[in-house]
Amino acid sequence: MLKLTSLVAVALAGILATASHAPAARPASVGIKDFTYGPAVLTVPVGAQVTWTNHDEESHTITSTTGAFGSAGLSHDETFTQTFARPGTYAYFCALHPQMRATVVVR
Amino acid sequence: MDRMDRRGFLQCAAWTGAAVVWTAAGGVLSSRVVTPAAAAEAPAGAFSFVQISDTHVGFKGQANADATATLQQVIDRVNALPTRPAFVLHTGDQTHGQKAGAFDTVAELLKGVKVERTFYVPGEHDVFLDGGKEYLERYGKGTVGGRGWQSFDYKGAHFIGLVNVLKYKGEGMGALGDEQLEWLAKDVGALGNSTPIVVFSHVPLWAVYPAWGWTTEDAERALGSMRRFGSVTVLNGHIHQVLQKVEGTVTFHTAMSTAFPQPAPGSAPSPGPMKIPEAEARRMIGVTDVAYVPGRQPLAIVDSTLG
Repeated sequence: MLKLTSLVAVALAGILATASHAPAARPASVGIKDFTYGPAVLTVPVGAQVTWTNHDEESHTITSTTGAFGSAGLSHDETFTQTFARPGTYAYFCALHPQMRATVVVR
Repeated sequence: MDRMDRRGFLQCAAWTGAAVVWTAAGGVLSSRVVTPAAAAEAPAGAFSFVQISDTHVGFKGQANADATATLQQVIDRVNALPTRPAFVLHTGDQTHGQKAGAFDTVAELLKGVKVERTFYVPGEHDVFLDGGKEYLERYGKGTVGGRGWQSFDYKGAHFIGLVNVLKYKGEGMGALGDEQLEWLAKDVGALGNSTPIVVFSHVPLWAVYPAWGWTTEDAERALGSMRRFGSVTVLNGHIHQVLQKVEGTVTFHTAMSTAFPQPAPGSAPSPGPMKIPEAEARRMIGVTDVAYVPGRQPLAIVDSTLG
């Protein structure tokens, strides 16, 4: 029952957003901890604003593999925000620690 | 200590703040604690130089509240050495994430080192934002094609500075690239086998811990150009701790950072800065002093800490 209620709420929110042409989606967030982006795959609707927060002491970046977007080095607790206007799969990595990789899927 | 293996000894030495001379004969490492008397030995024709690494100016965090201050302390220590070093090798990560003004701060501080000259190679922190533009504008002069790599001779030894952070993508390893490797093969081509070779670069030229990107993917090709030499000393930074390996006539050495220590390979969930009390952290950051004595191979490498 609880599940159903939240589904209805999500559906309503979607309708409201479409109707008003206001910022379409809720802000989504990715945390960086222990040299890992979480979640590794984030799925958001078109127009979503994604904010990354670095919880590590070491600096990290959010760098698109295609060069579509990129941050400077984020120090501890610094954030970076990117809006995704078009659908697609956006892979990114940390330019300082390229073994760190993750993806934003925009639908 | 219950266990006194080589790493244990290294850690122990670091934590007590002692300086250790490493010598290798026939591939076997031995060490001794440096005493003032030992440090004062200065045979004719000998010289020493200093390796400073991973100064990370601009870093601020629990692991080090002031990376500029710890660099200054290291410089004071270098200036107080009983034998004046000939030059400094800075093995990269001068800045922390190319923070605004950090290159200027490092340049200003290093002017205070009492040596003739400082040679540089970049770390990934120095080049990742702009592909090395600012770094090469500052330090590219006199390097091969302005690309940052270089070689020079000093009192019979051949020094080679390599750049392995400009292709720092893909799987997270350092890489030298074809052009640099071809240049290297030519650069050492005319040298006699007995010429002592010192190679310096930021990311280790051996597989310290690939899972954390602590390796250079094409290092083996670089080493292939140097296997015929009787003495090759490889000095790297990047991993903020002292590790050594001997492979035939090649001695690999990584230096401490002047800013903050990083965990031993695989000993932590990630290679992030180690948060330890300041007084203890000072025993895990420092500087490397390398002595060259003609006719006595290999080079003696001394790591000393701030603590």
